[in-house]
Amino acid sequence: MIVQALAFYMFAFIAVAAGVMVISARNPVHSVLFLILAFFNSAGLFVLMGAEFLAMILIIVYVGAVAVLFMFVVMMLDINFAELRQGFLHYLPIGGMIGLVLLAEILVIVGGWIMAPEAAKTAMAPAPDALTNTRALGELIYTHYIFLFQAAGVVLLIAMIGAIVLTHRRRKGLRKQKIADQVRRRPEDTVEVRNVETGKGI
Amino acid sequence: MFEIGLAHYLSVAAVLFALGIFGIFLNRKNVIVILMSVELMLLAVNINLVAFSTHMNDLVGQVFALFVLTVAAAEAAIGLAILVVYFRNRGSIAVEDINVMKG
Repeated sequence: MIVQALAFYMFAFIAVAAGVMVISARNPVHSVLFLILAFFNSAGLFVLMGAEFLAMILIIVYVGAVAVLFMFVVMMLDINFAELRQGFLHYLPIGGMIGLVLLAEILVIVGGWIMAPEAAKTAMAPAPDALTNTRALGELIYTHYIFLFQAAGVVLLIAMIGAIVLTHRRRKGLRKQKIADQVRRRPEDTVEVRNVETGKGI
Repeated sequence: MFEIGLAHYLSVAAVLFALGIFGIFLNRKNVIVILMSVELMLLAVNINLVAFSTHMNDLVGQVFALFVLTVAAAEAAIGLAILVVYFRNRGSIAVEDINVMKG
């Protein structure tokens, strides 16, 4: 039990500290790296809670895809980040105030809230004890939630198409193969047969 | 103290969510950090969902967290694509310059 508590405090502390660094780092590349750290530690929290599949998915999706995407964009665009940081201290008081008020409100709710005794019986899909988390989740997703799962796939497909359409750039002066022109071309149009007399050129 | 319950996880999620809000205010000019703050907030939501799911022994919360993850990934991809197109057109990503669409 004490090991679990220590692991929780380690993961939670590092995740929160990384979150602080994400929003306060001077260099956006460091922000992305701290975002990766925050996601790793949140994955640790997920494992601690017993949601191994989501922990692995979090690492694969966020660290493997989203963070790399952020890193690409940060490094690809030539941005003057020092200029963008102007007004950083200007917004600190109001932002800090709103953040603290929000945090206090949420913590009051978390601290003063009790679960209804019959709430535990209303579980839609109680986790079976005999199965691992991944297997139980798969059996649920591929049966009851198959249409939502497919809809999630459609969302990803549309996002992919949208991103490609948005960033695709048609450059001028690009020589491309035109199959129709090649097929339409006849020998009569291009080949000319001439009778050349011996000893003379054309 | 050493008994880790639901409230502990909810507190961590609350702190991360508030950090996300704070980050949006703090980096008002930098769209990239704003997008990262949004990702932090979505992560906090996911922690909440998974905490309730495991606490109440109900797998549906984890299914929902999976869908939130999907939408978050799509949102990041589209947001960054818009950012790249915007930078190509305007040469900057300052939020204050994005007033072309105002009516």
